[in-house]
Amino acid sequence: MKLPIYLDYSATTPVDPRVAAKMIPYLTEHFGNPASRSHAYGWETEKAVEEAREHVAALINADPKEIVWTSGATEGDNLAIKGAAQFYKGKGKHIITQKTEHKAVLDTCRELERQGFEVTYLDPEQNGIIDLGKFRAAIRPDTILVSIMFVNNEIGVIQPVAEIGEICRSKGIIFHCDAVQAAGKLEIDVQKLKVDLLAITAHKMYGPKGIGALYIRRKPRVRIEAQIHGGGHERGMRSGTLPTHQIVGFGEAARLAKLEMASDNERIRSLRDRLLAGIKELEEVYVNGDLERRIAGNLNVSFNFVEGESLIMAIKDIAVSSGSACTSASLEPSFVLRALGRSDELAHSSIRFTLGKYTTEEEIDYAIDLIGRKVSKLRELSPLWEMYKEGVDLNSVQWAAH
Amino acid sequence: MAYSEKVIEHYENPRNVGSFDKRDESVGTGMVGAPACGDVMKLQIRVNDSGIIEDARFKTYGCGSAIASSSLVTEWVKGKSLDEAGKIKNTQIAEELALPPVKIHCSILAEDAIKAAIVDYRKKHGLEQPAEQPACKAA
Repeated sequence: MKLPIYLDYSATTPVDPRVAAKMIPYLTEHFGNPASRSHAYGWETEKAVEEAREHVAALINADPKEIVWTSGATEGDNLAIKGAAQFYKGKGKHIITQKTEHKAVLDTCRELERQGFEVTYLDPEQNGIIDLGKFRAAIRPDTILVSIMFVNNEIGVIQPVAEIGEICRSKGIIFHCDAVQAAGKLEIDVQKLKVDLLAITAHKMYGPKGIGALYIRRKPRVRIEAQIHGGGHERGMRSGTLPTHQIVGFGEAARLAKLEMASDNERIRSLRDRLLAGIKELEEVYVNGDLERRIAGNLNVSFNFVEGESLIMAIKDIAVSSGSACTSASLEPSFVLRALGRSDELAHSSIRFTLGKYTTEEEIDYAIDLIGRKVSKLRELSPLWEMYKEGVDLNSVQWAAH
Repeated sequence: MAYSEKVIEHYENPRNVGSFDKRDESVGTGMVGAPACGDVMKLQIRVNDSGIIEDARFKTYGCGSAIASSSLVTEWVKGKSLDEAGKIKNTQIAEELALPPVKIHCSILAEDAIKAAIVDYRKKHGLEQPAEQPACKAA
């Protein structure tokens, strides 16, 4: 067993060796520019790019012509949101999103506010999922665009994308979905889901970093304004020489995901449940976000009365991410957990475990044992734990905020 | 983020963890910080008849630097008079532990905890409090 144990698959994944093997010849041997129309070097790489496009399209049941390559989902979100807002601004200037979106969506919306658009940031419910009634109520006659993610990156909950799509379509509103944490983990069928734009990335599904794709619906046709101008690649929607090896890697990762996703998920889910059962042996452990409507590999928990950063330091044999951002000077806990209405202590005490297809039972058992020992040790150190054990209500204490 | 070796050493082997009975006449208790800010420190001193701190205990909820800062000050206050202990400055703590700028508030909290424990002890014994030295506050 290799230490530290990697339980941060929602941050990124290793490249599947089968994917890496497929990529290498496109770095050394088949190096042609896919846009070169005048010789065989270009023709062979163009063919490889189009094959990969078919695999990525097949993963979400789209037409290959609806796929535009990007550098990743941050670019995909920017292209979708800015591109649609700018194209449809004649119809209205109102956009709806939610507070627990990824920064790639939130910061893009902030930029559009500076350009004169109005944005509504919806609060999710306590389970992390958006309420459709509140969503409907936020729609205005001048709403042109909705951006709601498929799966949340911190807590892994699945949003009601199908229902949101129906509502948007019935009102003629463009619907963009950041599906980074869903692709390769959940079945996505754009023939059934009424999404108009959907961003995905390769490196969360055992493909390489630096390559993503934006799905842009053709029927009914969705228009966006390009954000990068140049040689008119990707039908003018995203100029720039295509990175053939990255694209080939993404294509292979998508092909493998489609084939193996169901069986991988089953195994990952049972390991996740094993991890949860193991740490539930401890007192005062809270799962953040809905446990049922959640992807298989995510477990976000708060260990009450233990501060998240010190816990991460204590369990350094496990590579995880803290839900709280206390490494910054602001000492602000996770904005996602705050949006769920979690108390400050619980928001400061959260850890995100994300499992993947290379996670083993041995690793999970090691993690459970380590977490149990370290949480107990840190609680012995915690004055809050001592007060809790003495029956003191922490909410009744007058704290001197500093 | 990278912690200094001294922070890691105190964090992994914290000194003087625990609690004294806070009703004990010879004990002064200081509790500072807030859960909302991500750190709470409880520091206790046991003072002998000659006014010397002969023992100390702490419990801290917070990051590694907060735990290390409180562990360190329990060592520093031992053997000191109340006045001497009250002169320990956060800058000394930050320097000893090589705290990065974002963790300076941890050393400030430790200094506040010593002061609060001394105030509590003096109150119990009806001793005069020295002229109010404003405890440093993080912005």
